[in-house]
Amino acid sequence: MKARNFRYIRPASLHDAYQALAENVGDAVPLAGGQSLLATLNLRLSAPKLLVDISGLCELTGESYGDGVVRLGALTLHRQLLGSKLVKKHVPLLARAASYIGHVAIRNRGTLGGSLAYADPAAELPACAVVLGATIEVGGLQGEREVKAEEFFKGLFETDLRPGELILGVRFPIQQKGTVIGFDELSRRRGDFSLMGLAVMATMQQGRIGKARMVYFGSVDRVRLARSVPSVVEGLELPLQSNSPFEAAVRKDLDAEDTIGLRASTKLQLATVLTRRVLNSMTGATV
Amino acid sequence: MIEPSSQLSGEEEILIEVTLNGRRLKRRVKARQHLADFLRQEMELTGTHLGCEHGVCGACTVLIDGHTARGCLTLAVQMSGKCVDTVEGLTESGQLAELQEAFITRNAAQCGFCSSGMLLTAYELISSNETLSRGEIRECISGNMCRCTGYHAVVDAIETVMTRRGKHQK
Amino acid sequence: MSAQATSATAIGARIPRRELRRLLSGQGRYIDDIKLPRMLHACFVRSPHPHARLVSLDVAAARRSPGVAAVFTAAEINPRCEPFVAVALNRPGHRSPPQCLLVAERAVWQGQPVAMILAESRAEAEDAAELVISEWEALPAVGDQLQAIAADAPVIHPELGNNIAFDFSLKSGDPLKAFAEADVVIEEEFRFERQTAMTLETRGIIADFNSGDCSLTVIHAHQSPSQMQEVFSRHLKIPSHKVRVVAPDIGGAFGMKLNVYSDEMATVVASMLLGRPVKFCVDRLESFIADSHARDHLIKCRIAVKATGEITAMEVDDVGAVGAYGMPMRFNVAEGMHVVWLTGSPYAFKNYRARTRSLYVNKNLIGMYRGVGYPIACILAEVLTDLAADALGIDSVEFKRRNYWPKASLPCVTTGGMHLETVSFHECLEKLVRLINYEELRKEQAELRKRGVYRGIGIATFCEPTANGPAAYGPSGAWITSQDGCALRLEPSGAIRCTTSITDQGQGTLTGIAQIVADTVGVSIDQISVTGGDSAAGPHGGGAWASRGTATGGEAALRAGTMLKQNILALASAITQTPTDRLDIVNGEVVNARTGQLVITLAEIGRVGYFRQDTLPPGFDVQLSVTASFVASDKPYYMANGVQASYVEVDCETGFITMLGQWAVDDCGRVINPLLVDEQIRGGIAQGIGAVLFEECVYSEDGNLLNGTMADYLVPMAGEIPDILVEHVETPELSTKLGAKGVGEGGLIGAMGSVWVAVNDALKPLGAKIRHQPFTPERVLDALARARTP
Repeated sequence: MKARNFRYIRPASLHDAYQALAENVGDAVPLAGGQSLLATLNLRLSAPKLLVDISGLCELTGESYGDGVVRLGALTLHRQLLGSKLVKKHVPLLARAASYIGHVAIRNRGTLGGSLAYADPAAELPACAVVLGATIEVGGLQGEREVKAEEFFKGLFETDLRPGELILGVRFPIQQKGTVIGFDELSRRRGDFSLMGLAVMATMQQGRIGKARMVYFGSVDRVRLARSVPSVVEGLELPLQSNSPFEAAVRKDLDAEDTIGLRASTKLQLATVLTRRVLNSMTGATV
Repeated sequence: MIEPSSQLSGEEEILIEVTLNGRRLKRRVKARQHLADFLRQEMELTGTHLGCEHGVCGACTVLIDGHTARGCLTLAVQMSGKCVDTVEGLTESGQLAELQEAFITRNAAQCGFCSSGMLLTAYELISSNETLSRGEIRECISGNMCRCTGYHAVVDAIETVMTRRGKHQK
Repeated sequence: MSAQATSATAIGARIPRRELRRLLSGQGRYIDDIKLPRMLHACFVRSPHPHARLVSLDVAAARRSPGVAAVFTAAEINPRCEPFVAVALNRPGHRSPPQCLLVAERAVWQGQPVAMILAESRAEAEDAAELVISEWEALPAVGDQLQAIAADAPVIHPELGNNIAFDFSLKSGDPLKAFAEADVVIEEEFRFERQTAMTLETRGIIADFNSGDCSLTVIHAHQSPSQMQEVFSRHLKIPSHKVRVVAPDIGGAFGMKLNVYSDEMATVVASMLLGRPVKFCVDRLESFIADSHARDHLIKCRIAVKATGEITAMEVDDVGAVGAYGMPMRFNVAEGMHVVWLTGSPYAFKNYRARTRSLYVNKNLIGMYRGVGYPIACILAEVLTDLAADALGIDSVEFKRRNYWPKASLPCVTTGGMHLETVSFHECLEKLVRLINYEELRKEQAELRKRGVYRGIGIATFCEPTANGPAAYGPSGAWITSQDGCALRLEPSGAIRCTTSITDQGQGTLTGIAQIVADTVGVSIDQISVTGGDSAAGPHGGGAWASRGTATGGEAALRAGTMLKQNILALASAITQTPTDRLDIVNGEVVNARTGQLVITLAEIGRVGYFRQDTLPPGFDVQLSVTASFVASDKPYYMANGVQASYVEVDCETGFITMLGQWAVDDCGRVINPLLVDEQIRGGIAQGIGAVLFEECVYSEDGNLLNGTMADYLVPMAGEIPDILVEHVETPELSTKLGAKGVGEGGLIGAMGSVWVAVNDALKPLGAKIRHQPFTPERVLDALARARTP
């Protein structure tokens, strides 16, 4: 399982990186943490001719806070999400979700930008970006632009990134007073990709769910921002005793398909149970 | 400073400067060679093992700038300017001695193939100087596959070292 | 004997595996760590189809690829190796067609090797492999047992006429009558999915054929170098005494590295053709389609009981899908035979009928893997006895107690033909019940059930034939020896060098051997070095499998130690003019047997014995090197036994299962090293939990393996295994001096039984039952759904 031959360059600046990617469109891929890319290379699932190592670009690092937003550079490591005071204080959902990502060694190298660009529907950070209403800053030779997270994830491993573009950073609105977060996932083993997961951010009023933003992830084709479930659960009093109020809505929002070893009906069951459990876990701690 | 050298038709080789087990060295490395293979084949440090080459089993765990990382998910060429430590280096320096003694006493290894990775993961864990519960220890080593021990003895060994250190702290 | 007792301190001591210091420093020498001059690296092109005709194969571009020394196909490789006909001669009706090394015309399993690249590096070999152009015509594939025996099934090997490799039945007593007269009959159908051993270190081999003297040296990550010496010699036509097989450090084996593999044989042939060392290390992706597989059974089983609680009969109908060919040397009948022989063995019933069929399917070959059918025998009996107990309103533990073979009836032969002698079912059960605080656990379970928390308690009894004797192999025609040997040499310094035919892949058997030699001779264990696994440098012998290392290898070591001690004392006597019956060896010194006073050190014995024979009485024969072997010629095996308990929680909304606790009471006879034995049991238990909850090879409808990566084939990691409590009962084996039985597989066997029973116990209040292993969340949810809609 040795990777195929490729060329490797480490551009000194972001512009050089844009240049290299633009000149080698179709043949070049960016390399950051490499936790997803190198596995696919070793498995010979892909054959890029050029790796553009962006892991040293300081333009892609950093964390800042201002105007109700925490901005994290694309090269923010998963480990840093766990350790950052800013994140813990203002975007605690990211810190909570990060502890579910793989294992320590993966979190030491894997990056925020990498996770979002790879867009594995079973991954935690794309779901968090959508639920938090994040804005993804993207750049390339033709210029820089922004994409709302909920428009960024288009399909299985498919994003809005155009050929030659890189994720530069992500702006997360800070968690508002009166909102509560919930997060959980079901996976066969600790640290595995989730079979089903749910990230929630909702307002709470006297033990009742207010406006909720809910994103399902896991064995789905892409992260699923729920449209039906939030309207069904709005106003419901916690703790929820049964799944029936929102079962049909979950089916609609999940739009699941059969996959080997996991039928759509099973995915639905897991998502429905998770919905109840995650919402019930949200009583109490508000920001 | 990195300078690419050859065309695509041949094996791309790049000069890197890395601090390996405390010693600075300059080597030409093949672009496509992952760090674990570089250590094993070029440096002949075979203590780092390959179990899967897709980042799941943890047998290839090394330290990069003091943090654990999968050797198979890192390119050797990315190590320019970095510090890499392997089980051999950490043994030579004595940094693993406490854990090694505990593992041996408790027989927290059988075939030994996972042990390099397991020790380095444990080393990072105990360096935090916390005392964790057995469940938390299990969580921290959950990325290191062992097919021989059933993990119980490994948890015992790590717990022993943690507890001993915790007592010294007080 | 009393003097022996005072010097005996090593046997029974908790000594860690002595290789650990070296291995934990990163100083292991596993197969992929080893380099030989001019060594080439091999890589295989394999059939992507489970069943297909090879229309064309073009290796021209591959041959030209950078770094490639050669590309071989069936035309070059196959003629150099005698085809394998993996038929057990003592199993009438067992059939297997001859198997050649590389695909010539037709591939019969996905992963079967087709072409072989030899290059300067593995990376370059893989580059070249991608340039091989092969054209295939897919043929209808036989995917599972039911397909294999269907009337219109494609016949994989036309010369056999059908897909039946083996069909065996046995009967004891009058099962028909017993079932007709039973008060309760319970019948269940079980499915056990295919597994792979998934050792952390994949398989590997370095073949080094020396064209100068036509000798072959093979460094082989294999459990039985002696077996492979015979295989290489006979199939490749090299005289046996010119073949040497050496096992390096091995990263886990569990039976999988006991089998004979066409890719490894081809590697040796390549070395012969090229006159250079060739290394082949399986990579992880390859391992899923190239390693031998295990299990894959569909079983109908039933039990007959009387209202009094007495089991009167059992019946088993096993159908196993054994892959595309027989497994050379190790055969593909073992799993099925072990199921029919062993099911129900702990229980004293007289009527039994069992049938096993091994069927050819277009899948990888089934080979040896820890337990080999015994875990399934345990599961069948324990699930059915648990259900029978429920049906009669008797507590499950009480039911087992009543039905165990009474002590007074031992030794006995079970309905399946198993010999029970020094077994201890009752003692183990009583100990276990106390250990887990059974009554309290049941109370806790009941309390939690009221709150909608479903926990299960499972207790499983097993017995396990260990250290099979020659009758198990000889009549089959396989060149497998159940004899093991030990060579001991007093070094001039007075230390002892030991070479054993036993091999060690982590179990610590070499440490056990050192302990035995230490106590038998009378020296400290620090004074003994032990090496094993070299078919040339050590005695010929079996190696590691069937939990035999300590039992047989240890007995050989005990014999050799006794001989060496005698010879040392004879020399001591000659030097000091003291009669031998006045002498003993204690702590590395020859002493007065009565007073303990030093007579002469072993260092002095060595000095005189090797360098100053001129000072000895004329005609005295110095023999400071001895070799002894041992084989249990009169015993079929040493029957070990145990009982295990599992405590689990089933999340009935999600189907997820959590292991809360695991306990084992094991009787492996005399325990030579409790530390190593406990850890073997723990490791086996973890694999048992993995089997029941996680492990399966998943195939598509048309026979493609779908989960062939380590991310998709799930084995338990640290978060999935609970703490495991182990205790012992010691009922020594009577036919040997050592008294040890085997223990390597017991952990897995008992755990599979106890987890099966526990999960089903958790589901009982909901009327649900699960019979399809592994118990994935979906299967658990399906079981619960079936119970809701009868």
